[in-house]
Amino acid sequence: MRPYTELDASALREEVAAGHRSAVQTVEECFARIDALDAQLGVFLSTERALARSRAAQIDAQLARGEPAGPLCGVPVALKANMCLEGFEANCGSRMLAGWRAPYSATFAQRLLDAGAIPVGMTNMDEFAMGSSSENSAFHVSRNPWSREHTPGGSSSGSAVAVAAGLVPLAFGSDTGGSVRQPAALCGIHGFKPSWGRVSRYGLIAFGSSLDQVSPFARSTRDLELAMGVISGRDERDATCMDENALQPIVPDDERSLAGVSIGVPREYLPDSDTGEVAQCVRAALESLRALGAELREISLPHTAYAIPTYYVIATAEASSNLARYDGVRYGLRVEGSGSLQSMFAATRGAGFGAEVKRRILLGTYVLSEGYHDEWYGRALKVRTLVARDFEQAFEEVDLVAGPTSPTTAFRLGERAADPVAMYQADVLTVPASLAGLPAISTPCGFGAGTPRLPIGLQLVGPARSDARVLRVARAFEAATAHSKERPPLALEPAR
Amino acid sequence: MKLVDSAYVSPKTGKRWIPVIGLEVHCQLKTRTKLFCGCEYTFGASPNSLTCPVCTGQPGALPVLNEEALALAVRTAQALGAEVASESRFDRKNYFYCDLPKGYQISQFDRPYCKGGGIALANGRFVRLARIHMEEDAGKAIHDRGDATLVDLNRAGVPLIESVTEADIQSAADAQEYLAALKEILQYTGASDCDMEKGSLRCDVNISVHPPGEPWRTKVEIKNLNSFRYVGAAIEHEIARQVAAYESEDPSRYPVQETRLYDPQRGETRSMRGKESAHDYRYMPDPDLPLVHVDAAFLERQRAHLPELPAARRERYEKQYGLTPTDAGVLTSERAVADFFEAVVRAGGRAKEASNWIQNELLRWVGDQELGLERFDELQLRPSELAEVVDLVERGTIQNQAGRKLLREMAKSGRPAKVLVQELGLEQVQDAGRIEEWCRAALVGKEKVIADVRAGKEAALNALLGPVLKLSGGKANVQLVRETLKRLIAETEPPLNP
Repeated sequence: MRPYTELDASALREEVAAGHRSAVQTVEECFARIDALDAQLGVFLSTERALARSRAAQIDAQLARGEPAGPLCGVPVALKANMCLEGFEANCGSRMLAGWRAPYSATFAQRLLDAGAIPVGMTNMDEFAMGSSSENSAFHVSRNPWSREHTPGGSSSGSAVAVAAGLVPLAFGSDTGGSVRQPAALCGIHGFKPSWGRVSRYGLIAFGSSLDQVSPFARSTRDLELAMGVISGRDERDATCMDENALQPIVPDDERSLAGVSIGVPREYLPDSDTGEVAQCVRAALESLRALGAELREISLPHTAYAIPTYYVIATAEASSNLARYDGVRYGLRVEGSGSLQSMFAATRGAGFGAEVKRRILLGTYVLSEGYHDEWYGRALKVRTLVARDFEQAFEEVDLVAGPTSPTTAFRLGERAADPVAMYQADVLTVPASLAGLPAISTPCGFGAGTPRLPIGLQLVGPARSDARVLRVARAFEAATAHSKERPPLALEPAR
Repeated sequence: MKLVDSAYVSPKTGKRWIPVIGLEVHCQLKTRTKLFCGCEYTFGASPNSLTCPVCTGQPGALPVLNEEALALAVRTAQALGAEVASESRFDRKNYFYCDLPKGYQISQFDRPYCKGGGIALANGRFVRLARIHMEEDAGKAIHDRGDATLVDLNRAGVPLIESVTEADIQSAADAQEYLAALKEILQYTGASDCDMEKGSLRCDVNISVHPPGEPWRTKVEIKNLNSFRYVGAAIEHEIARQVAAYESEDPSRYPVQETRLYDPQRGETRSMRGKESAHDYRYMPDPDLPLVHVDAAFLERQRAHLPELPAARRERYEKQYGLTPTDAGVLTSERAVADFFEAVVRAGGRAKEASNWIQNELLRWVGDQELGLERFDELQLRPSELAEVVDLVERGTIQNQAGRKLLREMAKSGRPAKVLVQELGLEQVQDAGRIEEWCRAALVGKEKVIADVRAGKEAALNALLGPVLKLSGGKANVQLVRETLKRLIAETEPPLNP
């Protein structure tokens, strides 16, 4: 039996299925790891140990009866706190929903349960998924396992750290403008944002509905494929979820050669003039891809510069509407105000939301207001199609687009907290694929030049619904390089 | 066709004013489940019992369009001669209220599923429809139970269609006629039960007045109209109010763009909110719902479900069954009644007689039971049973009056006609001896009638038929009774001193 932290989800599942370790033992190892690290990393907002233990016992009993092992049998998983799982606290990192336990389960979460996964808790996040550093969580920050002084990125901060620090082999975040890819890059793990519509959003608490997508974190690409196989596909509860037939199936592919694969490198993502540590590291990664047989081409995505403003108009517009339901009437926080309904709404929302959420609701309300609607929201929708068209034209020439995931390595906690626009720039390379609804992965490709050593991610973006292609190329890169095998230096706290 | 001018004449100045009226009608679709979730809806269920994560706006829940609602909405559009868009879109209408669980209502804004169509009024005016769109209903806020406001979300998410007319209406009578015709169509297509008391049909009025030949003036919206009668009364009151305001020539009294509530107790409208507090609904396309596509095959399938509409049905009843326009009108005004009538005819009842029996008997029962015509089909009587009674009367087995008694017994007991006729002894009596006995008894003390008949007033005889039939328990053959009465009167000695 190999140590828990050395196993990815696929290996762990094999050991449980083969009877080499029990599910109960596996969750105990998971909790021991959480006890040793969570206090210093700020991963979880809540853990549900009793539920996890009883679920593990149930799985062991099923295996003992000779029932078939599910594809995630006995694998502990962590969910971002904006995902509904019946009985778990989905507080979205907000005072507004503190203590709110979901009365139903998200479709993807139910599929995880059906596959034998064992959810152990809900992870920290920037409030309502708005942020890139964990600093917008109403509860606490999360810390980068490679350096406690640095952000793990966000908004799916806790889920990224949970995987990077070996608390769980598999965790789920939501990616709206980069909220999984960016923390994956900053924490040195894999994070995959599927095509929009690939995974049901039913039960994912909405931020920007036309952008949100449930996205897995893992320490191996095969685990991403495993997870996607479980959670993706048509759902009668989500009208925007794609029919399975309309998708390329994700099949494991052991082909290591990339001969015949052409990869476009947008000059907007990686200008020649950029000699920074991230650019250098990514150029080296591109050379590795070339060495595997891929053909590299410089391309242009001319509307890249407009992606950030466009994104912040569309996402905030949708958020202003999506967050209107938090009014104190039915669930969550209620602050009575001065007696009228309007004052109750105002007092509740004033007390329940943090500064960044309020800022985005205000922005979104403004861009949808009469007289400004066409100039802002209407125009942003048009630019969004231009950004998408950039990609369509690029994909007439190349199979994939590659570049850095984040323009920088992890920044220091506190460094950008006071400057929202600087914080928004963290998404500059991830937002274009989000606007276009394309599948994209961040995969580890090395480290920055400084100390402490901070990870860097390579982003691969594919055409609409080419999820399988993106994963396949990332897998070939992973197999040919050692970046994914790096583990952060962690000082375990003595067992309690 | 010459249009009827329905100008309003001011009682104060004698000047003519032209009212300009448009109607917005919200109608609940009679689907099994709500518009975007699987919850069933019935009026009057225990508060918040018909809800789920979707219709209570739980975090993370998503809407999925109910195909049945789309089908009913499309059928209504087809029945109104409107054009169904091949592609339409759901939008979010954002506002805060405690009965609106998501903080927005899913509605259709600039791309409704239906445009055009309309309804012809009897006076030749055609009321054009600007559009019809689908949307979800809100829940209900209850303010009159102590200090707290209570919220019932059972109604939240019930499918509505909102039809908006052009301002083609000029009077309260036109508005009421339009509404009656719209209701008829909605019921015929099976789209709605249109029960205003249960809120399944709601109407708002937009209204302005202007002197003939001048441009339109400021329009006022009137809400809270929960019967056709109130719609008429509110329009009449509002026209008078606006005319009086303009004729005061005091600009501070002129109508302003606002929403007014109708108060049925006082029969007047009251200002609710002015333009300055008008909502900015910040419409945006709902990213949770794909565009709604309606193709030719779908339209064809819905058209195949369209029943014959009231106007066509009336015409056919006159031609096919020889009914008078009045009878045809009464029978077709409710689909349930017309369907029942046709079922009686199919079961062998003669049309004219079936029409009489339905109008004289069954519609009266409905009135007695305070059922409301749209619940006609809840009567405990099958069409085949009425056909049988019509037939029995037709063949002379039983009398009209016995037929009425028989119908009631059948409805009460559900037992077959033939058995009841035997058991209740309803069969017609033709026995001359017994009939003479009843006639003699009825003639006692009726000297005045007898004298009238002798004087040649045959109609006076009718006054005696009732008592004789009563004595016979409705069984005596009327023809025989007449003959017997005439003979007996002729045989009677005339009084010496008339």
